[in-house]
Amino acid sequence: MMKEKARIHSRRELAEGIVSMWLKCSLADHAEPGQFVLVYPKDSSRLLGRPFCICEVNPEGDEIRIVFRISGKGTEEIAALEYRDIVEVEGPLGKGYPLECAAGKQVLLMGGGIGAPSLLFLAQRLKKSIVSYGGAKNVSALLGYRNSALKRFLADDFLNVGIQTMIATDDGSDGIKGNVVEVAKRLHSQRVLLPQLIYACGPMPMLKAVGEFAAELKIPAYISLEEHMACGVGACLGCVVPTKERDGHSNVHNARICTEGPVFEASEVLW
Amino acid sequence: MVKKNPDLSVSLCGITFKNPITCASGTFGSGMEYAQFVDLNRLGAITTKGVSDRAWEGNPTPRVTETPSGMMNAIGLQNPGMEVFAKRDLAFLAKYDVPVIVNVCGHILEEYKNVVEFLSDKEGIAMFEINVSCPNIREGGMAFGTSPKELLHVTKEVKAVSKKPVIMKLSPNVTSMADMAKAAEQGGADGISLINTFTAMKIDVYRRRFVLANRTGGLSGPAIHPIAVRMVYEAAHAVEIPVIGMGGIASAEDALEMLMAGARMAAVGMMNFHEPEAMVHVIDGIEKYMEETGTEKIVDLIGCLD
Repeated sequence: MMKEKARIHSRRELAEGIVSMWLKCSLADHAEPGQFVLVYPKDSSRLLGRPFCICEVNPEGDEIRIVFRISGKGTEEIAALEYRDIVEVEGPLGKGYPLECAAGKQVLLMGGGIGAPSLLFLAQRLKKSIVSYGGAKNVSALLGYRNSALKRFLADDFLNVGIQTMIATDDGSDGIKGNVVEVAKRLHSQRVLLPQLIYACGPMPMLKAVGEFAAELKIPAYISLEEHMACGVGACLGCVVPTKERDGHSNVHNARICTEGPVFEASEVLW
Repeated sequence: MVKKNPDLSVSLCGITFKNPITCASGTFGSGMEYAQFVDLNRLGAITTKGVSDRAWEGNPTPRVTETPSGMMNAIGLQNPGMEVFAKRDLAFLAKYDVPVIVNVCGHILEEYKNVVEFLSDKEGIAMFEINVSCPNIREGGMAFGTSPKELLHVTKEVKAVSKKPVIMKLSPNVTSMADMAKAAEQGGADGISLINTFTAMKIDVYRRRFVLANRTGGLSGPAIHPIAVRMVYEAAHAVEIPVIGMGGIASAEDALEMLMAGARMAAVGMMNFHEPEAMVHVIDGIEKYMEETGTEKIVDLIGCLD
């Protein structure tokens, strides 16, 4: 593996502060759902790569899509890149979502805010698996946003996958009112949504609540975590998550999010 | 005047290194993660992440944050402990033809001695680097490395149990680098390495919170490089024992500055995170510099200015 130069193939703002980019790079042909890349700012005063999940890969396998929120100077600089600009990327990094456990199950994808992009690539793979032996039974997505100003970004992409896609907003200005976990609970009690497996990505409090919800239903939940990162490859031990069991690599109750994760089984995490 | 195949080898404490470049402890693990990016055999040495007698959990997150041309960390020396290190990391490193410098950490003197005693008989260790300069743990660490008297005592005690050369890694959070270097030398150290990180603080003004869970962290990266060069110069001119220089090295020129300031070897730290091949680029750059300037031996550059 090495750092490589990627070319920006397209750039679009999906909502205010939410940017979608397609990058032409060789890492695309072996990326898996839930894995991430580091994108390096060019400004030499900003030396650390910014981690972004791989939102999807084009059918030719030579481009990746990233969708991210502008949240600081580094992401601001990356968001300002234009068509044909070159940027350094490293990846694919980390362990993604396990797919085999979806076999024969009703699967629910839960995305909170900027967590949604992490699940699109997964949705495509799971949908493809439905028709083949050993795949998921069915897949639906529940995407949560703060409000309608976020223009339910990526929701059309999930619909285009051909799966049931539901929208929730915190203030009820679009879709169902409530956060994704509240809404999932409500739909479950109405027997509209009866998941046997959950995959989720979003802010930490949401992921904790997803873990509790899954525990109530006695079903597994795989969650993708986020943390400040430095090396992104498991050397610096900057991005760890406390775990219930002693981690095999670290020999302590802290697992590396960039290497053992970013996807963990929710019940492994010590909240 | 272009000279081909210049001699990059250096010797330190009776050991010959094929070139003067190693990694700064904690920025490269034991090389396992970076072996997919870098041919480890190219490196002058591998300096491991700190090893303690038992496994350490480290600090809560956030542990790292970026700063202008640098970063701050407060990992808290998370490590699997010396037994796992010996069984797994040393076995991994044995596959490579590269000297290994094992960094040792502890809360109290006994812990440092436990590690050094336990590892002294293990195969594949060139020397120990004793971390008496970590700013991110409450006891031990920097507490030993900021008082000349304490430093002298720790050095003496560790030397007494070590069967390998001992390098003391010094903190820059002191008034006089020269005094600390002398204390290590008087304690019997075979060499010194510097600098560890500067104690620093960053505040998120919008959340009104410290950015790092530990409140303070160690500042590293190119931002600190000129201070590191000055401190290496001061230390190298205060003692006879060899010096390993580090602090924000990002290029061959930066590493050459360290050597000219008096360091026998130079270590690349934070820049490994920016560019996994950073050390190889530095080594190639030094070779090119030597060819272009007609320098036959790298040792001719070490401490070449007074």
